[in-house]
Order: sequence, then structure tokens, then C-alpha cells
Amino acid sequence: MAIKLGDIRLRRYKVGPGMIFIWIVGALGLAVAAWRWVVGLGPTTNLSDHRGWGIWISFDMMAGIGLAAGAFTLAAVVYIFNLKKFYPLVRPTILTGFISYILAALTLLADLGFPLRIWHLMIYGNIHSPLFEIGWCVMLYLGVLLLEFSPIVFEALHWKVPLKIIHGIEIPLMIAGITLSTLHQSTLGTMLTILPYRIHPLWYTPLLPVFYYISAIAAGLGMVVFESYNSARTYGYRFELKLLSSLTKAVPWLLGLYLVLKIGDLVVSGDYVYLLKGDLASVLYIIEIMGGVVVPMLMFADPKTRNTSNGIIWAAFYVMGGLIMNRINSALTFFHGALYLPAWSEIAVSVGLTCLGIIMFDAAVRFLPMFPEPTAEVSEK
Amino acid sequence: MPINRRDFLKTAGAGLGGLALVDSPIAQLEVQAKQVEANSQASMLYDATKCVGCRACQVACKSRSNLPPVTDPERIWERPLDLSADTWTLIKLYDGEEGTSFVKANCMHCVEPACASVCPVAALEKTEAGPVVYHAERCIGCRYCMAACPFGIPKAQWYSNAPKIQKCDFCADRLAGGERPACADACPTGAINFGSRQEMLDVAHSRVADTERYVGTVYGEHEAGGTDVLYIAGVNPHLLGLPELDERSLPSIDWPYMKAVPWVVGIVGAFLTATYFYTHRNEGKEVHDGH
Repeated sequence: MAIKLGDIRLRRYKVGPGMIFIWIVGALGLAVAAWRWVVGLGPTTNLSDHRGWGIWISFDMMAGIGLAAGAFTLAAVVYIFNLKKFYPLVRPTILTGFISYILAALTLLADLGFPLRIWHLMIYGNIHSPLFEIGWCVMLYLGVLLLEFSPIVFEALHWKVPLKIIHGIEIPLMIAGITLSTLHQSTLGTMLTILPYRIHPLWYTPLLPVFYYISAIAAGLGMVVFESYNSARTYGYRFELKLLSSLTKAVPWLLGLYLVLKIGDLVVSGDYVYLLKGDLASVLYIIEIMGGVVVPMLMFADPKTRNTSNGIIWAAFYVMGGLIMNRINSALTFFHGALYLPAWSEIAVSVGLTCLGIIMFDAAVRFLPMFPEPTAEVSEK
Repeated sequence: MPINRRDFLKTAGAGLGGLALVDSPIAQLEVQAKQVEANSQASMLYDATKCVGCRACQVACKSRSNLPPVTDPERIWERPLDLSADTWTLIKLYDGEEGTSFVKANCMHCVEPACASVCPVAALEKTEAGPVVYHAERCIGCRYCMAACPFGIPKAQWYSNAPKIQKCDFCADRLAGGERPACADACPTGAINFGSRQEMLDVAHSRVADTERYVGTVYGEHEAGGTDVLYIAGVNPHLLGLPELDERSLPSIDWPYMKAVPWVVGIVGAFLTATYFYTHRNEGKEVHDGH
């Protein structure tokens, strides 16, 4: 191939039928998004005056950003807590985070009534608005992630000066990223605290910001496992089981704290009475807590499960599923409003953007030295 | 419940925000000052017992704001069934066990509106005069206002690809020119009264003293921290589609968290920096030794 600039060159991984399918679905999703921009939200979604937010907000935005928390968590572990052995996980995790935030921004563009005015967040402000804070944090964090990711590109290009500059500001950059993430991950919960009459009492609590923050860290670590597994399977790299097992030792502590606070909150507020109702909300709440918190907590706590590829991956699925379910339950299913099922076009955009994320990850792996390659020629200038 | 939600919220909010003192004496004084200010704002009192359901207010509203008709499927009747982007006020009817009553639906113009509080670009604004107005040119179309409004008032132009948020603006332009709102002006029976919030509260309380005719409550006096649109009626207001809300204003719930943002930045930043230097204390030495 002619494409070669430093170490930026096409690495010849096999393109399977799965990847071709993902390309097609991604393209369809973008086409549907374009259609939505032309004709508006009414004809293309099942949203209405009594249901202003659908799956794009609860799944793509809230769950998507939550699952991207691995990037800042790992940054803290490696750069701040100085646990250098986890370094091999850093680059793909930062890439995953970067892509997740790009996707969140794209979803927002699909969802906003005036997508071309998204920059208004920069010139008109309202410090009372949680969304204003989230908007700023996400914009800034996208910049931070771009800078955190840039050394990979600079290395591949053998650009020493920019590399040196980035390396010089590396620690302040990481601290900024972790702080921004702490803010917006929790503020996604704060966003719902002003909706006491919308959110079901089982999910509505003044501790929402705390719950959103802790669950994002736990599920973000699950996402690191999932992404490593996927890279290993797709591109034939070694699955870093030992490292991941060691890293996810923290998950039971996080989920344990989460569980204790959750139960304590229900007892103190008296909202546990809603659990005794036996309606859909109580059933889904219990499934969410058992399947998304208790099960992965026990799985990650058990070394035998954690130390096997199958065990750790399933545990990761459970904790990620728990976060997705929590965001959808709190911000969609039991969000007071008109009955809503997503339109096919909403699902198409949602799935299409997820495929676009996979395509971006694939492209990065193909063109950039994302993983240590035994065969890569080391060219020194 | 052993501890009610409000108390728990205050405790948790104070604990979480650390320095966000929700109940300090200064905060209470501020609340009192706000109340005085609020009572000089423009206000409407809708007296359901005087309303005959003629819908003159609806017509006046549409013609003043140039809103297109909302018709039945045969396109014969102008027949909106609910508030929408094209219908900012609507006369509805309750006809049930507790009697019969008309009710006029429209924006409540909260003293502390949740919609304006959550808007990330301040497209919705609570003016000093009272009306909650919309600056369309700022709006990004996030629809947080629609989620936040406890009365379900802001509506979107779903079938436009530049979908403005629409709702009653209390005829802010007419008010500024010394006129009454179009609906109040059009009302032939005196069901829609207009004046300062204090005046309207006085009228409302003197009227509801007649317990034969009224159910005794002035809806909007305290709900969600108080609204500039007030209701008195012969049937329970909750039957008229006015939701049961407690007295706290919605922006007061999340403000302690938002106020804590600079503290979170400071504390997290300081913690990370300190941790970094602690965990790297030996490395620094090695580097110095090496050089």
C-alpha cells in the first residue's frame, strides 16, 4: 500500500465479514441521521411533547459516557497512583474513551433540535444548569483526550518536539482529565436531581451524582476488560488476563460501596416500600441490582473467576449491563411521561453510531502503532 | 417514613456539597427577600368558578401570537386537545364526581422556574417583571426544559428542522407596554384577573373564604416555590390537571450541587496532585541521583 508516513501505515489485519457488516450498518445509521437533520425529529423519532428524551439520551449519552469512564480511571491508576504495570492497557483505553466521547458528541448532534448551534454553549452560559457544566466538561475532556492520544500519532510520525511538549504537560493533563471526568460523570446524575416528579422514587435520590460516579468507574473498568478481549480476539494480540485480573480487583470494592449506599439510601428515604409493590419497576430494579451489581461484585471478588478469560469477560458484561440498565431505567423506562418505544430510525442511528465507533477503533489499530508489534520495524531517524 | 425526603436531601446535599450550606440564616433571608420581590411581579388569577368556557382567551392568544389553528382530522374544527407548540393556552373541562369545572391551561410562570434554571444556554429567562420568556436565537434544542417543567408546559415544534420551544410568554411585550395579557383582556366574565402577585393573592384569599363556592386552596401560592399564575376553583385543583407538588422550588434542589463545582475541582485537583507527589517521591530522588 502506498499509505505510509513514518509508522502510519496500513497494517494488514484480515477484514472479516463482521467488519464489512459493521461498515454497512454504520453507513446506514449515518444516512438515517442525515435524514433526521433534513426533516426534523417529529417524522423520524417517537419523541413527543410528553416524551422529550429517548434512547439517544439515556443509552447513547448517559450509558455511553458512563462506559467511557475507564479512560480516566486508568489514567489515575497509572499516572497518579503510579501503578506502572498497567501501562500496556493505557493506550487502547484512552482510544476507547476518545471514541466514546466523539460518539456522545455525535449523538448529541443527532438529538439536538439545533445541532449547528452546539457552540452556543461556549458563548451563552448558565451556571445553574447541570447540562451547561456537562457540555463544557465534555468539550474540554475531548480536547484532553485528543492530547492524551496524540503521542501515539507523534511517535508514529517520529515527531520528537511535539512528543516532548506533550510529555512535559502529561501529568497536569491527566489531572485535568480526571477532574473533568469526576465533574461530568457525577453531574449526569445531578442532571436528574432537578426532576423529582419525573424520576421513579426507586431511582430518584439526592445521591444520584454519587451513584452515577461510582457505577461509571466500576463499569468503565469492565469496559477495559471487554475492549482488551475484543482487541485480542480480532487482531490476534495477547489477552492481558493477568493485568486485567489485577486491575479489576478494585471492582468488588466499588460495587460493594455502591450497594451499601444504594440500600442505605432506600432504607433512610423510606423508598424501599416501592420494592414491595411487585410492579415492573420493582422487578427491574431488583434485576438491575442483582445482575448488574451483586453478580459482577461476586464474580470479580472470586479469584478463580477473575483469573479465567471466560470468567472475567462475563463479569465485565454483567457490570457493563448493570450500568446500561441503570441509565435506561432512571432516565427512560421509569421517567414519567408518555408511553415510548424507540422508532426504528432511532435504533438505526444508535446502532449505526456504535458501529462507527468500532470502525474508528479498527482504523486506529490498522493505521497506528496501538499495540506492541513484534514484527514492526524500528526506524530511528 | 422515618426521615422524609426533604430532610434527607438537605442532609445529603450539605454533606455532599461540603460547603453548600442550604439552611444558613443568610440563605433564609435571601428566600424572604425573594418572596417580597416575587409578590410585586405580574400575576394572573384564574377563577374557575367564573369561567364559562367561551374560549375567547384561546382565540385572543392565537391571534396575538400568530399561532396556526390545530384542527380535528377532517380539518373542520379548530380543536386542540392539549397544549402544543401551536396552542399556548387551552380551556379544558373537568366533569366528574366532584362536580364540573372549566380550567385554563398555560405556563405557570414560576417564581423560580425549573426550565430557566436547567437551560444550558439561558434561552429561557425569568424576567424581573414576572414573565418567563424564550430567546429562540439562543436555543440549542436540548429539551431539558421540557423534562424539568413539573407542569409539562414547554412544547417543541417537532415537525420543523429548526424546532423552537414554544409556550405562553405572559404577553411580555404587551406587559412592557402597559397592557394586560391578551387572554385576560379578552375574558368577558372576569375569570382571568391580572395584577401584581400580592394583589392577586389578596383577591384569591378573600374569594376562597366563601367555602360554598371554592375549595379553599389557592393553587400556585406555594407549589414548586410559588407561581405567578394562580388558580382558585370549586373543585380540587388536582382534578383539573394541576399536579400535586410540594413547596420547594426545583432549582433549589440541584443548586447545592452546582455550587459545589469549584470546590470539587479544587479538592479533586489537590488530592490528585498530592497523591502524584506522594507516589512519585522516590522516583524524583532517583532522577536527581542519576543526573
